[in-house]
Amino acid sequence: MKTLIFKTASSYLLPLLILFSIFILLRGHYLPGGGFVGGLIASIAFVIHSFANGLEKTRTIIKFHPGFLIPVGLLIAIISGAAPLFLGQNFMTGLWMDDPIPVIGMVGTALFFDTGVYIVVIGITLTIIFTISETL
Amino acid sequence: MIIAILSGFILAAIVPFFSPYLKKNASLIFPLLPLLLFGYFASFFPRIKNGDPVSMFYDWVPSFGVDLSFRLDGLSLLFVLMITGIGVLVFFYTFSYMKGHEYIDRFYAFLCMFMASMLGLVLSDNIITLFIFWELTSISSFFLIGFNNEEPASRKSALLALSITGLGGFFLLAGMILLGTVGGSYSIQELLSSSEAIKSNSLYGGIIFFLFIGAFTKSAQFPFHFWLPGAMKAPTPVSTYLHSATMVKAGIYLLARFSPVLGDTFWWNSTLVTVGAITMLYAAIHALFRLDLKGILAYSTISALGILVFLIGLGTDEALLAAGVFILVHALYKATLFLVAGIIDHETGTRDVTVLSGLGKVMLPVALAGILAALSNAGAPPFFGFVGKDLIYEATMQYGEWAVVLTGAAIVTNICLLFAGLLAGVKPFIGALPEKFGKVHLPSPLMWVPPLILASLGLVFGLFPSLIEQSLIQPLFSSISKSGTEIHLKLWHGFNLIFGLSMTTLILGTLLFWKLKPSKNLFQKAFRFEFLSPERLVGHFARGFSGFARIWTGFFQNGYLRNYVITILGFLTVLLAYRLYNGIGFQIKAEMFENVTLYEIIVLLIMAVSIVFTVFSTSRLVAVASLGVIGYSICLIFLFYSAPDLAMTQFSIDTLTVILFVLVIYNLPKYNTFSSTPIRIRDGILSVFFGLLIAVLTLEVLNEPLNRETSEFYAQNAYTLAKGKNVVNVILVDFRGFDTLGEISVLAIAALGVFSLLKLRLKSIEKE
Repeated sequence: MKTLIFKTASSYLLPLLILFSIFILLRGHYLPGGGFVGGLIASIAFVIHSFANGLEKTRTIIKFHPGFLIPVGLLIAIISGAAPLFLGQNFMTGLWMDDPIPVIGMVGTALFFDTGVYIVVIGITLTIIFTISETL
Repeated sequence: MIIAILSGFILAAIVPFFSPYLKKNASLIFPLLPLLLFGYFASFFPRIKNGDPVSMFYDWVPSFGVDLSFRLDGLSLLFVLMITGIGVLVFFYTFSYMKGHEYIDRFYAFLCMFMASMLGLVLSDNIITLFIFWELTSISSFFLIGFNNEEPASRKSALLALSITGLGGFFLLAGMILLGTVGGSYSIQELLSSSEAIKSNSLYGGIIFFLFIGAFTKSAQFPFHFWLPGAMKAPTPVSTYLHSATMVKAGIYLLARFSPVLGDTFWWNSTLVTVGAITMLYAAIHALFRLDLKGILAYSTISALGILVFLIGLGTDEALLAAGVFILVHALYKATLFLVAGIIDHETGTRDVTVLSGLGKVMLPVALAGILAALSNAGAPPFFGFVGKDLIYEATMQYGEWAVVLTGAAIVTNICLLFAGLLAGVKPFIGALPEKFGKVHLPSPLMWVPPLILASLGLVFGLFPSLIEQSLIQPLFSSISKSGTEIHLKLWHGFNLIFGLSMTTLILGTLLFWKLKPSKNLFQKAFRFEFLSPERLVGHFARGFSGFARIWTGFFQNGYLRNYVITILGFLTVLLAYRLYNGIGFQIKAEMFENVTLYEIIVLLIMAVSIVFTVFSTSRLVAVASLGVIGYSICLIFLFYSAPDLAMTQFSIDTLTVILFVLVIYNLPKYNTFSSTPIRIRDGILSVFFGLLIAVLTLEVLNEPLNRETSEFYAQNAYTLAKGKNVVNVILVDFRGFDTLGEISVLAIAALGVFSLLKLRLKSIEKE
């Protein structure tokens, strides 16, 4: 599968797809999208890259084992859920900033939670796929 | 009182922290605990004597009606004094017996635990608490029986004892819960007042059945008796403490305790008399053929327990009194004989009665204790055993038309028991001393004083029964019998029939002792019937059961993923088909198809073609690609029905699934056929049925009126409450955020599982 066209395309596709996945993540609260789909798209981006250039190349791009993303994402999700506790509110109560931030839009704990999901999903998918393709 | 009961557990719990300091002489602090407890409980003597039971109440789990209520009455007092009193002696004895043992501190800790459980058992007024302590005795005795855990035989008998008594425990719990439900209370005191109502309840049969199983397993009644001889693998102090005086009497305690509540009905009396009689005869005759000192004692203990069950079953005043007295008589002489057997074993290294003789010349005090105990066991005047035996005959003689049969059974049992007692308590000490025992010497006083004390008590109580008549036996009698008659213990009744029977027993037993010499030959003759014994049968049952489990597991848990799927789908299909067989609610009407669009038809056609490709393709890659096509078609259907979020997710998931499949399949060898035709037909039939059923089920669901309350709530409140316009996402991250958190955690665990499974395999391959 290592054709020149695929190789060239994949190196452009990778940043584009990742940007797209972030876009999907951010718009999730108002329009179709969200952390789960976003995470899947981002992982597909890496998988395509690894198909075209080999697993080792992709590994050097990511620089660390994707497994590390799992606890990081879980931590973000839990912190965003636990944050209201410090303000005397129930676990996972939505907290929101008063004004929207340009480009990103409304920022609240739900967005951080979704980001956590996004990171966990990338970590899980890449861990599974990389492990399997290494083993075989 | 609660501190007194729990002190054993507390002491046992702190032992591990001081273990290095408790190995040597410091372990002498352990006997202080039963000594203190004995003093404490003995201080209640005057109160109990005046018929004034001591009650204590602590809340535990009030919502279940379970509390720590303790009550000390005549029956409890006898047991408590036996537990702590014999406990003191056994604890001292242990110090010398186990001297220098590596784990003596551990042994003491187990003994303390056991003592505490026993105290709790006989003092509990709440039947659930009683059950808990009951189980604790089983568990702590497991550790004690299996104390020499490096011997397979020791482990095996510990396991056997635990499984039998544990099984009984289950039944007991069932009985207790039934009793509590029927009687409306878990307190024994309150149950006493509703005794008549319980007896006339239709569940009464179940209650006593469960209770009996519990008591029979614990007190080693036929056919559950076989764990007790096995438990003789334990160190002798354990056999003395558990298997003569305390634990095996727990079942007797239970029966005696519930006798005023549940007793005096046809089934109660006849069952107990029958089982008790069978046990006492069976075990007494068995005892004749044993060669091992502890084996003889074990069987004679079983027989004695049978007598007790038998007496409680008779249920008359005389019988209950006889039972009460015999509990004490038996505890005194049997504990002595066990301790003596322990000393003999400890000093000579053998317990074979055919070898032992003449030891009286080298260890006179021990011989004295053994002979005194054997005489009390024989029921020779003026020993306490004589008083006990008289009472037994008195009880059987007055039992109407059955008097002759019952008395006969009691006499035969007593003759055999007498023989066993003489064999264990007298035979090793008389005759000529073999040369190889020439160097045997008297052990430390800590070992021979305890049996001597116990044996002398048997004589003292016999000579002066008034010592315990009013203080111990009368309160005991009033707590198990409903009639409040006065009792009188007498050594001398005059020359009457009962005295004649006693003498006959004595003479016949002694004759038997002189005539019947134990020998290997006799022992082997008796062994011919071993295959019929319950122990063997249970062994066969256990092996058969484990074999059955192996076949069962091998059949269902065969490790082939495809078989698991077939089992699950097949089971589900049968279940669903059965449910739908009872009637289908929906009807297919023509107007249902009016709104079908061209797009939908096209997509469905694509799916159908892909399915054919997936199933019939000879290349795995083609099959996987077709599967992907089906997935994408489903995405399109989601889109048509305005679920873009779902469609997006499905799309990405499908892409990744295909990639994963390709990754795996790429490395598999290329087959042209994947499975044989019959298997494919079987799988095809199964999947067609399953698919059909799911389709029918879906139509059924749609046929039901739809409840849109929840979805409307989400739709209305998504923006106002959670500031989001995409309802699906708001549900995921806000309304049901907790679920999502759980899901990503599960996913993380799954990823870890895949990672570690594959990596581990990789490592093991690399090693090779």
